[in-house]
Amino acid sequence: MSTTVQGQPVAGSGITADEIELRRSFWHATLHFCRREPLGAFGMLIVIIMAVTGAFAELLAPYSPTANDFMTMTEAPSWAHWLGTDQFGRDLLSRIIYGARTALIVGLTSAIVGGFAGLVLGVASAYFGGALDLVFQRIFDIVMAFPLIIMALAMVAIFGTGVHNVIIAITIPLIPRCARVVRSSALAIREIPYVDAARACGFSHSRIILRHMVPNVMAPFLIMLTAFVGQAILAEASLSYLGLGVQEPTPAWGLMLQGGAEEYASTAPWIAIFPGLAIALTVFGVSLFGDALRDVLDPKLRER
Amino acid sequence: MYQYVAKRVLLVIPTLIGAAALVFILMRLIPGDICVVRLGSGGGSFDPRAVTQCHQDLGLDRPLIVQFLDFLWGIFTFNYGISMWSGKPVSMEILTRLPISLEIALLATAIAILIAVPLGTISALKQNTWLDVVVRTLAIGGIATPSFWLGIISILFVLDLTNAITGTPWMPPIDYVPIWQDPIRNLSMAFLPAITVGYRYAAVSMRMTRSAMLEVLREDYIRTARAKGLIEKLVINRHALKNALLPVVTVIGIEFAFLIGGLVVTEQVFNLNGIGRLFVQAVQNQDYTLTQALVMLTVVIFVFSNLIVHLCYAWLDPRIRFA
Repeated sequence: MSTTVQGQPVAGSGITADEIELRRSFWHATLHFCRREPLGAFGMLIVIIMAVTGAFAELLAPYSPTANDFMTMTEAPSWAHWLGTDQFGRDLLSRIIYGARTALIVGLTSAIVGGFAGLVLGVASAYFGGALDLVFQRIFDIVMAFPLIIMALAMVAIFGTGVHNVIIAITIPLIPRCARVVRSSALAIREIPYVDAARACGFSHSRIILRHMVPNVMAPFLIMLTAFVGQAILAEASLSYLGLGVQEPTPAWGLMLQGGAEEYASTAPWIAIFPGLAIALTVFGVSLFGDALRDVLDPKLRER
Repeated sequence: MYQYVAKRVLLVIPTLIGAAALVFILMRLIPGDICVVRLGSGGGSFDPRAVTQCHQDLGLDRPLIVQFLDFLWGIFTFNYGISMWSGKPVSMEILTRLPISLEIALLATAIAILIAVPLGTISALKQNTWLDVVVRTLAIGGIATPSFWLGIISILFVLDLTNAITGTPWMPPIDYVPIWQDPIRNLSMAFLPAITVGYRYAAVSMRMTRSAMLEVLREDYIRTARAKGLIEKLVINRHALKNALLPVVTVIGIEFAFLIGGLVVTEQVFNLNGIGRLFVQAVQNQDYTLTQALVMLTVVIFVFSNLIVHLCYAWLDPRIRFA
């Protein structure tokens, strides 16, 4: 064991012993997770690869995703174009690489913003109870009566198309779905005496909610969050496929399947196959990871 | 039981009114004056008096609360107004498109149940074997695969397969013929879309069956049933499955409403003139009367399938109705 005093910097490194402990426990937890849930680790790997691909699209893509080349229209996969070209001669691999960025930006932003808004509303609803809870509950009920894609379509009708509006359109229907789950977990926590103890100490509502209740609903929240990422990616792909989501020339997987994919399906099947495969693989990875996370975090399932 | 049914039915009313209010507000949030959009779609200039006239025709000059009450009354009397795009009554537009969507939805539900319940049960019984891994992978695949892509791929597959066998590629028909007139033509139209939508549905229900079954199999009464020497088949069918099916019924009921969402995309792939496609067209054409009627229709379907789930629940599980 090191002889440093807790909170004091380790000689010459500028990092405190607490931080080292935290980092060590993070890597330890990750390693433990990979050993326990190899399938989940595989899912995580897929997501990481997709994220890196999206982040470094400029470096990885062999061609510009929007450059038309009328000499190489609907070309089959070859050494020059690994996944072939579409009906405008654009390189499919490059478009899929840039599409990863669009999918993950929309998926992560919608899931995180929608999830956190739901977290705050859900915990607040459970903590304050009474009339506020009743009103929130009814509003959640009403919004949840709209299937996700229907609500998103209605939102697109109001806000219009494009990446930003698609994010808003997908985020809003996710909020009550998260709030509902978080609320039911938070209700159980509210009954535990330490919340009363915190109140007796004179802590403010926001402190009790943020410091004492939120950390205890993290398990169901994280499970929801991963599910949301998958749902949001699928919803964005569906909207873009319908022509009501991300618009040309922004490369998006759903958009790549629109129009040309069906028209050229029998002569150039690669146009239809690869973008869909990218969507399915990403959501598959997210779902595998989410399932494993649920198994690890949910004590009810731990014994199985 | 009657008290329970009455309570559940009464709870539906505030949700429906709230949803109607939300739809009403959302449609009024859409930027731009509907009449200006309508009159200006030709590109030329128009008489401002025409806008006033149009407002009067559509009843937009009345107070909002009167408009809302009118909209609510329309929902109950099946009077949804006139489609702003085609000029035909909205209820007629919907009714002509409804059978095709309803048939695909019911067929998809049947496919989902037929796949999900047996596979989910086997997966739970053979937990952590290769069979379980295969079923679980198939289930996650169903959740991950976008239905429109599955549709495109299945069309591609059918095209190539028929081309290889008969020499001429065959595509499923796209026009709707009632099943009692030409069952083969009807089913060949509905079957592929139903599988496409049904796969996701089956996947969700399969996962639910599996986890419900795993939970039930750990109950004491299953151990008792086995201890008293009951054959395994009876333990599973009579004791385990019957109890495990409760949450599965919920999922099937709730997902049924979400099928409409799946249909929005699938009908586009298969070029079918159902309500899903009508919805997309309504949004694209900025046809607000039609959009609000269709959104309301999905909400009504959702709320009522939820109601049916709760009533089924009470019927299947006496503990709920007497609680």
